[in-house]
Amino acid sequence: MSFGVKLKVWGDYACFTRPEMKVERVSYDVITPSAARGILEAIHWKPAIRWVIDKIHVLEPVRFENIRKNEVGSKIPATKAKSAMKSGQLDGLHMCVDENRQQRATLALKKVAYVIEAHFEMTGKAGPDDNPAKHLDTFRRRAEKGQCFHRPCLGLREFVADFELLEELPQLENPQTNDLGWMLYDIDFARDRTPLFFRAQMTDGVIDVAAARDQGMVR
Amino acid sequence: MPSLQNRYDFVLFFDVSNGNPNGDPDAGNLPRMDPETNQGLTSDVSLKRKIRNYVAMAHEGEQGHEIYMTERAVLNEQHARAYEAANLKSESKKLPKKEAEARALTRWMCDNFFDIRTFGAVMTTEVNCGQVRGPVQISFGRSEEAVLPLEISITRSSVTNEKDRDKERTMGRKHILPYGLYRVHGFINPKLAEKTGFSEADLETLWTALRDMFDFDRSAARGEMASRRLIAFKHDSALGNAQAHKLFERVTVSRVDGDELRPVGDPRTHNLPPARSFADYHINLDDLGLPDGISIVEPF
Repeated sequence: MSFGVKLKVWGDYACFTRPEMKVERVSYDVITPSAARGILEAIHWKPAIRWVIDKIHVLEPVRFENIRKNEVGSKIPATKAKSAMKSGQLDGLHMCVDENRQQRATLALKKVAYVIEAHFEMTGKAGPDDNPAKHLDTFRRRAEKGQCFHRPCLGLREFVADFELLEELPQLENPQTNDLGWMLYDIDFARDRTPLFFRAQMTDGVIDVAAARDQGMVR
Repeated sequence: MPSLQNRYDFVLFFDVSNGNPNGDPDAGNLPRMDPETNQGLTSDVSLKRKIRNYVAMAHEGEQGHEIYMTERAVLNEQHARAYEAANLKSESKKLPKKEAEARALTRWMCDNFFDIRTFGAVMTTEVNCGQVRGPVQISFGRSEEAVLPLEISITRSSVTNEKDRDKERTMGRKHILPYGLYRVHGFINPKLAEKTGFSEADLETLWTALRDMFDFDRSAARGEMASRRLIAFKHDSALGNAQAHKLFERVTVSRVDGDELRPVGDPRTHNLPPARSFADYHINLDDLGLPDGISIVEPF
């Protein structure tokens, strides 16, 4: 693919939550392709294109830190909001957070840095004036200037990501080789949000997502 | 009112004297710390709580400034329940089916609640647009230098339980930091502001809240906390004109040593006495040669 980009992202903390451990969140060892796609989309995305992650370079050693916070247990009930909207009264439409408390831990990653290698493909929604060069150009221009549609994050919104467009791949200082087990690849929104998994192998600090994708996904 | 048009990246400095800015539930309410560097931490949500409390108090009863995530029950709730009962027949528990309906609902919630408009909220599960991301994103706070948590034992000259009557007094513990200067990074995103209707006036409210929130959050545990300085980088455009981390690098903190300034972390700060007041620090803002389209706003 000629429309590839290399983006370096880094931050103090990250949490790419394992779906099987999401009440007390435990992060995967590395960024998931799905989170990486989210970061690229935060910088530039249009319905005409779809980002595909090819490789993930892990620049820092994998380290964890535990953070426990007071969180709220429930969501805003749409019915309650609706009835308040109808009556035009706000009374009683609120949530008492101290009566709805859940203390949850997050096993987050610490001091992470990755290089995401990705390309995009055109989708069926591409109009007549959508061409790959235009989108590539927009992405590169934005990433170079630090522009973003919304601030990208490393799994959770409080863990903000800094980013930089790269031309050359950086030399890895201490590359790790590790079998990371089954990891979430992405959520298939076309098929009623089925999660897709892949076998993540980190070889010399690089996870070859494209190769894993060729081997097929597991639902 | 039109929504915010510019991107902002801001740095907030606040300090604490003889208090605990944010207890860690995992560590018996000790101040949160980074175990590797001993820097103090504060969670994003602790600051958001204070912003909510401030806005709830300062804008009480004002249209569009309700707070959804409140800390205490509101007396009107019973009243509202009656209202709801009178007005509505058996409402199905189903989520809104139509997208337009869900959109209207979200819109209305954004219009009425400051915290939903600012920080976003998850309203429903099934309908995607029932979830709003707010324009304001706050990261973890981190102290400039390592902090020293102290455990202070206190006594109470009365007892709670009958069986302790003979003891006459009980002991308690408080955790305090003698001093800590914290730095927080925040981001305001006009593209998301567009979706929630976060306006210029809301931005002013946010700046004021960041300035005054600690003044109305006094408690036995907090000690003395105060916002010290807020530096906001205003981008000319909605998408921004420079990389946020490069802007943040322009804001540096030094220790004051007599007439000299030594950058935090410099080996020459190692034998300085520990910082115990804001006067021991100097915040420097490099505003020379700012990238095109960036201006600095200092609300305080």
